[in-house]
Amino acid sequence: MTTQYLGKIGSSVLGVVLAGMCLGNVAKAGDLIVYTAVEPEELTGFAKAFEATNPDIKIKWVRDSTGIMTAKLLAEGKNTRADIIWGLAATSLLLLKDAGILEPYAPKGVEKLDKLFVDGDSPPSWVGQRAWIASICVNTVEAKAKNLPIPKSWADLTKPVYKGHIVMPNPASSGTGFLDVSSWLQMWGEEKAWKFMDDLHKNIGVYTHSGSKPCKMAGKGEFPIGVSFAYKGAQLKAKGAPVLTVAPTEGVGWDLESFALVKGAKNAAAAKKFADWSVTRETNVIYNQAYAVVAYPGVAKPVKFFPADLSKKMIKNDFLWAAKNRKRILAEWKKRYDSKSLPKKK
Amino acid sequence: MTALDQPRSLIPGPLSTLQRIRNLGTESWIMLAGIVSLCAALLALLVMPLYSLLSKAVEDDKGAFVGLANFQEYFSSAGLVQSIGNSLTIAGLTMVIACVLAFIFAYGITRSCMPFKRTFRALATIPILAPSLLPAISLIYLLGNQGMIKGLLFGETIYGPIGIMIGMIFYIFPHVLMIMVTALSTTDARLYEAAEVLGAGPVRIFFTVTIPGAIYGIVSAAVIAFTLTITDFGVPKVIGGQYNVLATDIYKQVIGQQNFSMGAVVGLVLLLPAMFSFVIDRHVKKKQVALLSARAVPYHPKPHKVRDRALLAFCVLMSLFLIGILGTAAFASLVTFWPYDLSLTLAHYDFDAVDPNGWSSFYNSLKMASFTAVVGVVVIFLGAYFVEKGRGFGRLRSGFHMLAMLPMAVPGLVLGLAYIFFFSRPENPLSVMYSTMTILVLCTIVHFYTVSHLTMLTALKQIDKEFESVSASLKVPFYKTMLRVHVPICLPTISEVMMYLFVNAMTTVSAVVFIYSPDTKLAAISVLNMDDVGDTAEASAMAMIIVLTSVTAKLLHGLIMKSFTARHSAWRQRTG
Amino acid sequence: MPFLEIVEITKKFGEFTALDKVSLQVHEGELVCFLGPSGCGKTTLLRAIAGLDIQTSGHIFQRGKEISNLPPTERDFGIVFQSYALFPNLTVEKNVGYGLVSNKMGRKAVGERVAELLDMVGLPDSGSKYPAALSGGQQQRVALARALATSPGMLLLDEPLSALDAKVRVRLRHEIKELQRQLGVTTVMVTHDQEEALSMADRIVVMNDGVIEQVGTPTEIYREPDSLFVANFVGEMNQLSGVAAGPHTVQLGTATLSSQSHGLETGTKGIVSIRPEDVIPHGPGARSPGAPDELSDIQNAFDGTIQEMEFLGSYWRARITGGLLDGDSLIADFSMNAVRRMSLAEGKTIKIELPSDRLRLFLGDDKGPEA
Repeated sequence: MTTQYLGKIGSSVLGVVLAGMCLGNVAKAGDLIVYTAVEPEELTGFAKAFEATNPDIKIKWVRDSTGIMTAKLLAEGKNTRADIIWGLAATSLLLLKDAGILEPYAPKGVEKLDKLFVDGDSPPSWVGQRAWIASICVNTVEAKAKNLPIPKSWADLTKPVYKGHIVMPNPASSGTGFLDVSSWLQMWGEEKAWKFMDDLHKNIGVYTHSGSKPCKMAGKGEFPIGVSFAYKGAQLKAKGAPVLTVAPTEGVGWDLESFALVKGAKNAAAAKKFADWSVTRETNVIYNQAYAVVAYPGVAKPVKFFPADLSKKMIKNDFLWAAKNRKRILAEWKKRYDSKSLPKKK
Repeated sequence: MTALDQPRSLIPGPLSTLQRIRNLGTESWIMLAGIVSLCAALLALLVMPLYSLLSKAVEDDKGAFVGLANFQEYFSSAGLVQSIGNSLTIAGLTMVIACVLAFIFAYGITRSCMPFKRTFRALATIPILAPSLLPAISLIYLLGNQGMIKGLLFGETIYGPIGIMIGMIFYIFPHVLMIMVTALSTTDARLYEAAEVLGAGPVRIFFTVTIPGAIYGIVSAAVIAFTLTITDFGVPKVIGGQYNVLATDIYKQVIGQQNFSMGAVVGLVLLLPAMFSFVIDRHVKKKQVALLSARAVPYHPKPHKVRDRALLAFCVLMSLFLIGILGTAAFASLVTFWPYDLSLTLAHYDFDAVDPNGWSSFYNSLKMASFTAVVGVVVIFLGAYFVEKGRGFGRLRSGFHMLAMLPMAVPGLVLGLAYIFFFSRPENPLSVMYSTMTILVLCTIVHFYTVSHLTMLTALKQIDKEFESVSASLKVPFYKTMLRVHVPICLPTISEVMMYLFVNAMTTVSAVVFIYSPDTKLAAISVLNMDDVGDTAEASAMAMIIVLTSVTAKLLHGLIMKSFTARHSAWRQRTG
Repeated sequence: MPFLEIVEITKKFGEFTALDKVSLQVHEGELVCFLGPSGCGKTTLLRAIAGLDIQTSGHIFQRGKEISNLPPTERDFGIVFQSYALFPNLTVEKNVGYGLVSNKMGRKAVGERVAELLDMVGLPDSGSKYPAALSGGQQQRVALARALATSPGMLLLDEPLSALDAKVRVRLRHEIKELQRQLGVTTVMVTHDQEEALSMADRIVVMNDGVIEQVGTPTEIYREPDSLFVANFVGEMNQLSGVAAGPHTVQLGTATLSSQSHGLETGTKGIVSIRPEDVIPHGPGARSPGAPDELSDIQNAFDGTIQEMEFLGSYWRARITGGLLDGDSLIADFSMNAVRRMSLAEGKTIKIELPSDRLRLFLGDDKGPEA
């Protein structure tokens, strides 16, 4: 009896203290919590543009790499705090659709978008925004200094001359890394693709956490060649880095940055407004500032410093296959390459 | 009626617990409530989360009990087991190198007549002010493939064990040095006189007097070095490349793959060496106390040209290393585009351009660190006061003391992980704190509790233990005396503990990396994220902001303490 | 009605029994000293009276009111510790007035009372100083003033003089005693210094191993110790092996000497005790010269040889062997006067008298702790 009494006193004291401390920290009702994998430097611009037309809504970004966002959402499941998932790979959204987390919704004006960019169901569970496309970033200054030829194809990257000079994103954490691996498997079939990755692995300096880092490292010459995506290379070139963005001859993988509503979202109304805004022509114009291929037909203008023929080299990407096989591919990849110091398995 | 006439048979013999509790005075109730709340707080914020971690390790991802299956899976995966070997190798080597370097440095400070001893000592505290990510980032600029002095590596890569070790040596140096300096200062000069009179040469004296005299300190320093290295996550995350260690494994399992059960398993594996080190350290500390004699005569080194010059040269080199690392980060944050455009710019400090939570993460850190310092010091002072000065409730008090020692043995990553498991459960009423600033503050206080608690305890131990008795006899409640007497006397220690909490809260990554939310992202985590996406210059800039904040806080603290001591502490000087 | 009554107090620390059913009465206005070696339980008893360490069992009554389980704040006492326990960050005035402020006295009244107290302990001008600026003796006076400030019914002194220099200690001894008499405050003092206890106490409580050995006035304790322990602990005491020869006689070696009544059965082995200063030398110069017959008439005497003599300032200490002593040695203190008159010197054999009213026999075959 006494212990109970004491326990009560203790916990009520603790409770009062904690409650006092919590007060200032509860998220405001008007906040829209957006889970995203879009490059962080773009987010402020998007938020400003949206909030200009919807001043009563404030966006709270939760940003991480594609792989991590995907894992986070899968783990959080229906308890997720996200109101909307925005700018995540379509492959990932397919997984989340299977997991029953997504709320189908047809944003106002979605019919104007290219059909290929939108989920086939009606109403669609996810809507594509723009395509991000694999590319190779090459530091021309360092390549020259180290006597490295500019690689033209994926196959070139396995040449011994590049040993230790290549960085690539880890497909388990990075969406770009995954679309590379997925595209190689789709283009060449399992056997040839894994053989290629075995050879590539010998030349890799480090695997990075995010998909943009290889290109940034290439830009600084830390590693002269980075397997990354086109936007990053072009952006760095624009900033003055000696980066050449190469679209390999065999074809390039790509994925759609897409959005989807979340079931049981606390702020569903705001999420819908954000979805409606995301399919407008004006917003697609903003997408185009960085990406060459966007969902709204007729908006896309060529982006400076992009490889000229990039969109032609985009492979026929089977998102469904990629989503279904994602877990298996990542497990195999991890087994083969996760620890560089491990003896390689044949 | 005399006392003897009273019916004593009604109150026979010893009192039951219940009777004792009924007999408690108001003050005892206040004290009891205080101790019980503190115990409850540490149970809820430390023991129960750790228990959740433990139970998570024996569950599958759906929450069903699977016994040791996760452990089996862990030990059958070659990559993960390899990490154990890697972690032990790195921690072992770093421990040896750091201890040797710190010993020589400390030897120079305590046992030589070289100049600038105070300066060296101050310089050696630089790493404390920075997050552990900073040395790793700097090393990439110095020794990476485009590094300024990469020739020193003779073709080896910095991305891997070499980088981790150099980064760790920078990061743990001040901690190891502090213990070494203490160990070498507390020697008895008479031992040296005796050895010299007996005709022992300097080498023999070194091995028969110096080393044995400092041995407990050396062991203690080694243990700290080992634990800090094996549990740190910032350095291997940034520069480890494909060289996996336990700390990065936890991060990968939990953040990268959201595989919480496996994360819990790795967490428990990481808990073992930390616990082991903790036990050794406690054991050694006990022995060390017995070794010190109150009548020891302090050692005063005599000038010795060769030795002094050699030690001076060493200390200069070591200081250059420390300053060099910090300087590189500062430089990296100011260069427009390394290594092609070396013009200077402040553009990288415009964090909002690369991260929507850029500057706000810094303000969050400031807020978190201030709350941690203020709330932490109050709780820690009360806890130490109850343990040292409390009356009655002996078992509760010693129980609380044991709880307070526990955080030392729990690595930050493990604590953070345990917090996810415990606080994210919707059925836990405390889950209202999840993803708030509150949980970051509480987690950080718990993370750094032990050292603060011990420091406070030492200060309180020096206060006459009869103050409470005097106060009670004068019918002044204990809390009044605590506020009027103990707090003013402990003020230097209180402010030191606040400083310690503030700086650590500014720089820590390991525990909070699992429990921050978009609203409560911290500066040190921004450093991590910015480095992750390749914005290294911005990461350096944010790390520098953290360093500058720590330095500013330290300087302010020094100034305030100085003026305060001048005005309010006349009693500290002996005037008569 | 006794002012303070202690009934069968027992205090255990785990397995260790610090106090074993101790009972005691203290009367109003008297100064009682708890005397004993360290670890005898005297401080534990004081702390139980203060309520600082509550006893395991037993009762304490103050003015007939049971206070056994009251917290210290609800008891009526002032306390002074060996360490002074002055608050270093408060001035002397604030220290002395510490208990008055919470008493809801007006500021002015507090100031007056503090001045009065400081005057009383002879430190009228030190009010604004900090404790660190005072000497040890001055600090202890401040502590005393602080303890007396609230006019407590009882004053508890825990080894108050132990931390002081010998000379200061002697002076403060008198001052405290004086003050205590003047104020008439019932006082309990703990000390391990027998001289302090003998010179200050109205009554002494000698304690050993958690029990009271004897309670009595200083002269009773000194002259009529109830036990070998008390005999030994207070003052110097010779201890010689002996046997009870009758109710008033002891056998020492071959001789039977008359002694104080000892209550031991005839034939019981024991320890014969006598204080060195009670040993009387006889010989030429001791009485009227040239009366050798008278020497043989002296009761309770034997021939002994002075083995060593040690000069101790105001008297000589001699070690005597031979005669009845059977290998034991007897320590005797001789006045300067006696040594001169009888020309006592090492090697000399003289007649030694052990006066029967000073000779006691105690049970026990070991010789107890050295005092």
